[in-house]
Formats: sequence, structure tokens, C-alpha cells
Amino acid sequence: MITIKNLHASIDGKEILRGLNLTVNTGEVHAIMGPNGAGKSTLASVLAGRDAYEITAGEVIFEGTDLLSLSTEDRAREGLFLAFQYPVEIPGVSNVNFLRTAINEIRAYKGEESLSAKDFMSLVREKSALVELDSKLASRSVNEGFSGGEKKRNEIFQMAMLAPKLAILDETDSGLDIDALRIVANGVNQLKSPENAAIVITHYQRLLDYIVPDFVHVLYKGQIVKTGGKELALELEEKGYDWIKDAHPTV
Amino acid sequence: MANYTEENLAEELENQEYKFGFVTPIDSDTIPIGLSEDVIRLISNKKEEPLWLLEHRLHAYNVWKTMEEPNWAHVKYKKPDFQNIAYYSAPKQSKKYESWDDVDPEMKATMAKLGISMEEQQRLTGVAVDFVMDSVSVATSFKEKLGELGIIFCSFSEAVQNHPDLVRKYMGTVVPTSDNFYAALNNAVFTDGSFCYIPKGVRCPMELSTYFRINAGGTGQFERTLVVADEGSYVSYLEGCTAPQRDENQLHAAVVELIALDNAEIKYSTVQNWYPGDKNGLGGIFNFVTKRGICHTNSKISWTQVETGSAVTWKYPSCILKGDHSIGEFYSVAVTNNYQQADTGTKMIHLGKNTKSTIISKGISAGKSQNSYRGLVQIHKSAKNARNFSQCDSLLMSSECGAHTFPYIECKNSTAKIEHEATTSKIGEDQLFYCKQRGIGEEKAIGLIVNGYCKEVLNQLPMEFAVEAQKLLTISLEGSVG
Repeated sequence: MITIKNLHASIDGKEILRGLNLTVNTGEVHAIMGPNGAGKSTLASVLAGRDAYEITAGEVIFEGTDLLSLSTEDRAREGLFLAFQYPVEIPGVSNVNFLRTAINEIRAYKGEESLSAKDFMSLVREKSALVELDSKLASRSVNEGFSGGEKKRNEIFQMAMLAPKLAILDETDSGLDIDALRIVANGVNQLKSPENAAIVITHYQRLLDYIVPDFVHVLYKGQIVKTGGKELALELEEKGYDWIKDAHPTV
Repeated sequence: MANYTEENLAEELENQEYKFGFVTPIDSDTIPIGLSEDVIRLISNKKEEPLWLLEHRLHAYNVWKTMEEPNWAHVKYKKPDFQNIAYYSAPKQSKKYESWDDVDPEMKATMAKLGISMEEQQRLTGVAVDFVMDSVSVATSFKEKLGELGIIFCSFSEAVQNHPDLVRKYMGTVVPTSDNFYAALNNAVFTDGSFCYIPKGVRCPMELSTYFRINAGGTGQFERTLVVADEGSYVSYLEGCTAPQRDENQLHAAVVELIALDNAEIKYSTVQNWYPGDKNGLGGIFNFVTKRGICHTNSKISWTQVETGSAVTWKYPSCILKGDHSIGEFYSVAVTNNYQQADTGTKMIHLGKNTKSTIISKGISAGKSQNSYRGLVQIHKSAKNARNFSQCDSLLMSSECGAHTFPYIECKNSTAKIEHEATTSKIGEDQLFYCKQRGIGEEKAIGLIVNGYCKEVLNQLPMEFAVEAQKLLTISLEGSVG
């Protein structure tokens, strides 16, 4: 699905990712954990194509394509989705209009016809049920006046609508109470299939109680310093990150 | 807004150069350039006007001669040479059209290019169109149907001929001849425009629509619009403008007067996309317009404008809230790009008790343009319990453009309640990134964000105008983020 090799990225001249390597295959869920400032969100932003970051070395192959040569929108159209840590508000633009535009842009890119209004609305109904999103929210302006939990659920709703190949969830659990966490995780699990994959970036182990990862990676100082199974997350929860830091003083 | 289709938009975007930049090769009957009493007499004579109107013109001319061109607006331009303008231009046709079939095919083709084919308009929308090509009305539709209700909707010249008493009674009562330099000039040389009268208690069953088009090169166009809504009546009036591409500046100085008598309501909507000049700031229309309405007791006037065109805009649709409980509204989107300059806003003059006004202004500046909101809220001593709410937002699309706000508030009654909110923001990188991450390309993303930003104003427009306006906004801002 995606292979990241020796990825170096910096912002404002400061290097954040320092030779990151990661391979995710279809059907897999990878969790990326790590202390504050390790570069977790930078990884998400770089993969999605945020302008502010400069890639200084390395390559990313996504479904056989050189991901870094694609524009932000083309990466999305190729099937890469980022659930934002801080979803953005777009006043005056309804969620429905926003998503319909997105879906039809993606379809046009693939040479497919636009979705009819009827088919689109039935898709909205089906997918909004998945994350228990109030159908009223679908017609409200994108994220405007949404609670923290609603914003995160809306991200997963959008993910469900766009059906990406690779979903990157950037701290989707932050700011969620336990009920919202369950709903969001439930949505993610239902969308899981042998054809897609997910990278779940998180600070805490608790999300991984609901979304069970195949691999857990520890990101520290811009590199993946440790990889393990689900039990690694529990170990981190118990011991914190200091033992990782101590083991990699010079990274 | 549900009719807004992305496909149409994409098509429009293919053609981002000024869409209506063509000239219709129709012989124009243009009088020699320059302005004098003789020229005014000639205009009046050509139009077979009554003596009182000629005297009105000559008086205005003499007033105008004593006035100076205003320079307080936040705009810079080369002052027009008023002796180098042709003040009258009419399509050279000896007879008036009896029916739509008689209309010059050239002209029909022009209207088709404008996307306002009369057949279609008549068939699909039920909108009556009074099409002003240069200075003379060439076609008026639905007149009979309106006539049954006693509604008069015709060219200003026809009104002068057929309804002289109404014209004489109301003309100049809202915008006096000496109001300002351009209004005075308009009074002296106006050639045509539209007239509308809605009788007592009548609710006009359709949107009345006028499309203006400046056609002959070097011809200033001086329209005159007068809308009178008699007691208890209602009318929604649409005005849309396009003009052909030109390298020389064209002066446009219209006067629009609205009169809402007791319990009447007038909704006046404008979509203005006149040629704004090319991307180097060459050419474009000078739009110096005086628009004002007066509200009598318990009446309401609502101005909605979407301004994307013109090289220089100087325009303040205003309301005089004379009657108790009267309401004035102003909803505006003003877009400037490249070297466009706009100084626009409104005046809400509160005279009556319990009068209310609302101002929603959305400015969008791109390129190297300058966009100013200038507004006056004036509460007179007599205006007990007057209310005003103003919201002026500016959106910056580039780092070289300017957004300015000049709000004036004068309050002479302590029971008044005035609220003013203003924001300035740069189009959000985060918003753009968010859209792009969902697969939406940059231009479409800008279109979405900007249309969302303007939604409160666009929602005030009748449906067919709202769709056109959304497309216009996107086209106007093509390639403008920087």
C-alpha cells in the first residue's frame, strides 16, 4: 500500500523527520505512538502534502506511485485520506455540498461520472448512521459550531463517504470522551477491509483498545525506533516513553 | 442554491478571460462628442420630450457646471474628459419593434451570448425583461400581463411620454439634481433607463428584470431608474449588467431612485459584472452610481448587490427611513481583482420612530486591488428607538491587495441602538488545505470558501441571480490566491 523510505522533512529549516522508514500493506492497521514533538503530526502532514514542509530526502511509494510528486488534491484522489487532528471550519459551506464537491472531483479524476443527487443522499444517510452523526449536521456548515466530538465524528463520516485506500488518523482520539471514542473507533473498524489500510496516530493506548492494530511503532525524534505488536502499546502505557528515550539518546 | 452545479462552473472556468468581451456590430446613431446646452437640447429633442424635462436638464447642466468632481473616495483614476464623451447613442433603427420577431437578429445573438435569451427567459422563468442596448429600450415583454394588474414597467423614455405625471411627481424627489457631481450630470444628459410603478395593494407576481449593456465605444451611459411602489404594494426588481471589452475607459453614471410608500416593499437586486479592465489595469468601466430609496411609514427597502466588475466603482445604495417603523437593508458582496478599485457601501438615514436598518457587507480583495467599505448610519433626533446592525467583513486573497473600512456613525437620539461588527481575514491556508485533502482542486476550493463567506448576501438574491452570482464570484477570483 505505502512504503516510506528514509524520509527527511523539515519546517522553517528545522528537521523534524530524520530518516523515517515504514511499510504498510493492504488490510493492515498500524499505530504510530510517541512522545510530544516526535514528529507524528508532521508525518501525517507530509504524507497529505501540506505546503509548509520541505522534503529534504527520501521517497514515498503509494500504490506504485511516487506520492511526493503528486499535488495534495491528487494524493486525495488517489485514495489517501487524512482525518485531521483539528478539523477546519468552513463557514457558509454545507457539509453536504462540501462532500458532494469532493466526491465528484475524485470521480472526475478517475474518469467516472458524477454521482446523482439521489445516490449521493442515500450514501449520506448510510454513512452518517455509521458514526451516529445527526443528519442535521450533514446540512450544517462544515465543522462550524460543531463540538469537539462532532468534529471528529464528521472526519470519520467524511472518510466513510470518500472510502479511501489509506486512511491516516491524526490523534483522532484527542478530546473525545469514552462514548465518542467508541463511536469513532466503531466507524473505523466497520470501514476496515482487506483492500484498505490505516495508520492511526495516537498519544494514548486507549484508542487501541477499540481499534486493534496489527503493528505498533514508536516514533521518536523523527525516526521509528521500535516496532511491535499490540502489546507494545500496553507496555508504553505502563512504562511511559522514558525507557525509549534512554535507549535512543543519540537519535 | 441547490441548483448550483459544479459542471457549469467548470465550463465557465475554462473561459476565464472576460466572458462578455465582444462588441455587437450594430450601427449606432451617435451624436457628436462633447457637452453643451445645444447637445442637451438635441438629446431632449431626439427623445421628443416635454418642455419641463428639457428645463430640468438645462437646470441640472448649469448646476453641474458649478460642481467639482468628488475626490474623497478611496480610488485613483484618470478623470474623464467630459468634452470627449458622446452623450447619446441609439441603435440606428427607424422604427420601434412591434413584436419580438422584429428585433434585429444581431441583437438577439448578443442576448443569446449574454445567456439571457428572451424566449428562454419568458418561457422558463416568467421574468419580464426590459433590455437596454446602449440607450434605447428595444424590447419589453410581459407588459400586457403586468398591465392587467395596473403595473407599469417600461423604459424611462416611454414613461415620460405615457405617464408624464407620475414621472414628474417622483423624479428627483429622492436624489435631488444637486445631490452630487455625477447625479447632476445624469440629470442633464440621461438618455434612458427603466420606470416601474406598482399600484396600491398590488403584489407584483414576477421578478422585474432589466439588463443593461454598454455597447458603442466611447459612449457614456447615463441611465435613470425610477421605481415607485404605491401603498401596500410589493416588487422585486433585478438589475444585471455586462459590457464588452474595451481599451478606453467608459463612464457610467446612473441614478436609481426607489420610492416605497406606506406599507410597501421594494427588493432591488443587482449583479454587476461590467468589464473590469485587463489584468494590467487597462480599460474597464467607471461606475459612478447614485442609488437611493425613501421609505414611508411601515415600508421596507432592501438593496442586494453583487459587484464583481468595473475598473472603478463608486456606489452607495442608501435608504432614507422617513416613515415610522420603516426598514432599510443593504446586503453587499464586492469583489475586486487585479487593479480594480471599489469604494462602496451604504447610507442609512433614520428619521422615523422605530426605524430599523441592517447592513451586511462582504468585501473580497485579490490581486493588487483596493476594496473599501464606506458607510454612514445617521440617527436623527426624531428617530426614537432606531436600530441598526452593521457587519462589515473583508477577505484578503493576496498580500498585495487592500481592504479598508470607513464606517461613520452619527447619533442624535439616545434611545437608538447601534451595533457594528467588522472582521478582516486572509483566505485560510488551513481551509484550502482541508479542501484539497478531500480531493477538491484549488480553484474549486476557493469558489466554495468564497461562496460560503458570501452566503448571507447570496441568500438574499432570487434563485436565478444567486446561481449566476456564485459563478461570477469564482470566475472573478480565478488564479487569485497569493
